Amino acid sequence: MSLFALTIAELREKLRTGEVSAREVTQALLNRIQAVDGKLNAYLWLNPDDALAQAERVDAKSDKLLAGIPIAVKDVLNVDGQPCTCASKILKGYTSVYDAQVITRLKQEGAIILGRTNMDEFAMGSSTENSSWGVTRNPWDLERIPGGSSGGSAACVAGDEAIASLGSDTGGSIRQPAAVTGCVGLKPTYGRVSRYGLVAFASSLDQIGPFTKTVADAATMLRVIAGHDDRDSTSVPRPVPQYSIAGGVKGLRLGLPKEYFIPGMDREVEAAVRAAIRQLGSLGAEIVEISLPHTEYAVAVYYLIATAEASANLARFDGVRYGARVRGEDVIDTYGKTRGAGFGPEVKRRIILGTYALSAGYYDAYYLRAQKVRTLIRQDFEKAFQKCDAIVTPTTAEPAFKIGEKSADPLKMYLCDIFTISCNLAGNCGISVPCGFAGKLPVGLQILGKAFDEETILRVAQAYEQSTDWHKQRPVL
Amino acid sequence: MDFEAVIGLEVHVQLKTRTKIFCGCATDFGAEPNTRVCPVCLGYPGVLPVMNEEAIRKTILAGLMIGCDITRHSKWDRKNYFYPDMPKNYQISQYDLPLCLGGKVGAVGVTRIHLEEDVAKSFHFATNSGVDFNRAGTPLMEIVSEPDMRTPEDAFNYLTALKEILVTGGVSDCDMEKGQLRCDCNVSVRPVGQVTFGEKIEIKNMNSISGVKRALEYEIPRQINALKRGEKLQQETRRWDDDDGKTFLMRTKEYAHDYRYFPEPDLMPVVVDDTMLAEIRRQLPELPEARRHRFVAQYGLPDYDAGVLVANGALANFFEQAAGKNPKAAANWIMTVSEITTTPIQPEHITELVAAIDAGQISGKQGKDVFAEMLAAGKPPALIIKEKGLAQVSDTGAIEAFAEQAIAANPKSVADFRAGNKAALNALVGQVMKLSKGKANPQLVSSVLAKKLQGS
Repeated sequence: MSLFALTIAELREKLRTGEVSAREVTQALLNRIQAVDGKLNAYLWLNPDDALAQAERVDAKSDKLLAGIPIAVKDVLNVDGQPCTCASKILKGYTSVYDAQVITRLKQEGAIILGRTNMDEFAMGSSTENSSWGVTRNPWDLERIPGGSSGGSAACVAGDEAIASLGSDTGGSIRQPAAVTGCVGLKPTYGRVSRYGLVAFASSLDQIGPFTKTVADAATMLRVIAGHDDRDSTSVPRPVPQYSIAGGVKGLRLGLPKEYFIPGMDREVEAAVRAAIRQLGSLGAEIVEISLPHTEYAVAVYYLIATAEASANLARFDGVRYGARVRGEDVIDTYGKTRGAGFGPEVKRRIILGTYALSAGYYDAYYLRAQKVRTLIRQDFEKAFQKCDAIVTPTTAEPAFKIGEKSADPLKMYLCDIFTISCNLAGNCGISVPCGFAGKLPVGLQILGKAFDEETILRVAQAYEQSTDWHKQRPVL
Repeated sequence: MDFEAVIGLEVHVQLKTRTKIFCGCATDFGAEPNTRVCPVCLGYPGVLPVMNEEAIRKTILAGLMIGCDITRHSKWDRKNYFYPDMPKNYQISQYDLPLCLGGKVGAVGVTRIHLEEDVAKSFHFATNSGVDFNRAGTPLMEIVSEPDMRTPEDAFNYLTALKEILVTGGVSDCDMEKGQLRCDCNVSVRPVGQVTFGEKIEIKNMNSISGVKRALEYEIPRQINALKRGEKLQQETRRWDDDDGKTFLMRTKEYAHDYRYFPEPDLMPVVVDDTMLAEIRRQLPELPEARRHRFVAQYGLPDYDAGVLVANGALANFFEQAAGKNPKAAANWIMTVSEITTTPIQPEHITELVAAIDAGQISGKQGKDVFAEMLAAGKPPALIIKEKGLAQVSDTGAIEAFAEQAIAANPKSVADFRAGNKAALNALVGQVMKLSKGKANPQLVSSVLAKKLQGS
């Protein structure tokens, strides 16, 4: 098997024993990117010389968790000396001046930072069509979207252009692209991973997480990136467990929320997910029916809170200190011209929405009410988790759609995250694992866990993955 | 019709912390532009704020000194507006849950004290502008008063007392020239007896406490005259020009901002627990008012001296170390020192100087010379007295010898004294002083002379 097609665990074994070198692995991936990225457009930035230089420096025979493993990062994470555009014209020409905490951790564990991946501008979108630098294509069908916003990070793992990657998940931006590209995507609990160095979209919802080819690799990545960071006050000072994923599902109660099987969802997707849940039952899990009654408000709540926070978070992109600047008559005019030219239409739409939700006279009706309903959604989960150890649902209601199919209708696009958004609002953890196909397109099973209980969802995901071979299926490129 | 003014003040005070409020950059004043900056205080993509607990503690200390209620569960909010001096184009501040509520400075009520980050400083040149971000992120306390003041003097006294409290507590140095204390005034006028307020007009850009007084002395009659002319006042913001001695319109209410405050998601709420509060209470210094009373009672100082000393905390501390057996005399010397924090004089040197004079070792006049030397060189008085050979001769034998010389050389003065002219003794004393080169103890000289003249 080609080196680029291997997992972290498989490669670590070969690197540790000296069977292959970090340079060989890195070169294999660079060749693969050279061969297929013209079709996928998963990468926005690549520096082969730098990647090979990192490979030369690393001691791949050490016991470090990621020694010699090439990893791609979403263009929203700061890596010292690299560009960081968030797929936006407004950050064209910007070079990061520091490492995000997760990058520091990757480097400490010997990872090779391979390149930067495409995304929806400022992580706003579900298809990667909102990138200023062109759309990324789904490795399973080049006419279709790879999901979003972390579409590049999903496509590069699904297309064997990276062994693993990092993305960010504000309302499903890791789990949804993982589902539609057939890889594993993990959104850790809010506060589990430091956000320092992640360009903020919605600060109270954003979390960084990995895309991998297997559940075991996701657990390894989480061990590396999880943990308290003094520079992020919202990161929680709890010890990082070993994330042992063995143990199976026997005796675990898995909740099946009735609100997550909706009329109009794709029949093949529904069938694949229901089959997966039956499979978990046959592996010894007890499937219990639960209810998350406020689910129907999640999308509305999300688009008030996330946009409100974004309207402030994106205010700093004004052309004064860094990034692109379009000169105007005076400073106010310069702001207008810079932001007018720098931001794409979806980003502008969300800034306007958020600004409106926070405006005098509307704050109570929109932002404040949304926060109250957010509390109800969180309580839904607290109650549900009294009855079960984890919740199983579809990750998406349909498989990857065609490029351009939903571009004209933002509301339809917003509904792509209908099953993933509540998890961010509640601050819990979630994972998507491949669970079959709708035609030739991958389908994802979502497993949601209690806050800081990544171990249980990884255990469920692992038990399921080991009883199927969906994760072994690769797209032909 | 008689009018009265209603004045409320919003005071911004930079806290005396080593580092900025949300990053580790230094807060020292006067550094080269943009050398006290980092990605956090420059608002670079992806950075996060981390709260400086010392800023919280200093704000609570200020609140306790002013008698505020301390909010046990407080939080941060984002205040949104675009301006080049705002690195993130939102300011992290406190909106509806400020750290301190209520309180009083003298007779003036304090509504609230909240904490926020200071903005950068803009400089405007002929064809362009520059921004120095060194100041951005300095902890800034906003103290909002009740509209309890009626005259420019009230405002002056409030600010003076507030400054005194904050300096005493080590909360801030309150140096207005360095921008450590800045003040905006809200002032309206109304007919005496009317309960409702007139249209509130805000004045900005006062650079000193006396500047605030001058601005109000201009603005209040301006508003009253306008009303007397039958004009209608409207809510607006005006800029004080200290050179012209006038206020000028900056903007009217239509241009008022909607700051779209919302809770800052990057920071945890501020929880002030009992332990923290008790720790801060233990740091509470004696308040100026109490200290003035104690100086009068404990040291027997006149009210005036106590006032002068306590108005400058460092001066008062110096005095307490130097008071010795004659506090009043010590105070007299200390009150003449203009730069107490940089003076080379040690407090115990003042004690020694006073003791030397009181013991008759040197005269009061010589004391002044010694003190001048202490100010210039920082030497102990004993050393200066020795070096200059200033010690008074109190050896009766030596003085008797000089006295006999003087009596022998001035028969006229002796005769006059004996004839009943007591003033003639002074001439003889002068002669003895001359003979002793000024070192003889004058009191001793006159008693020796008197004894000799009366005895023979």
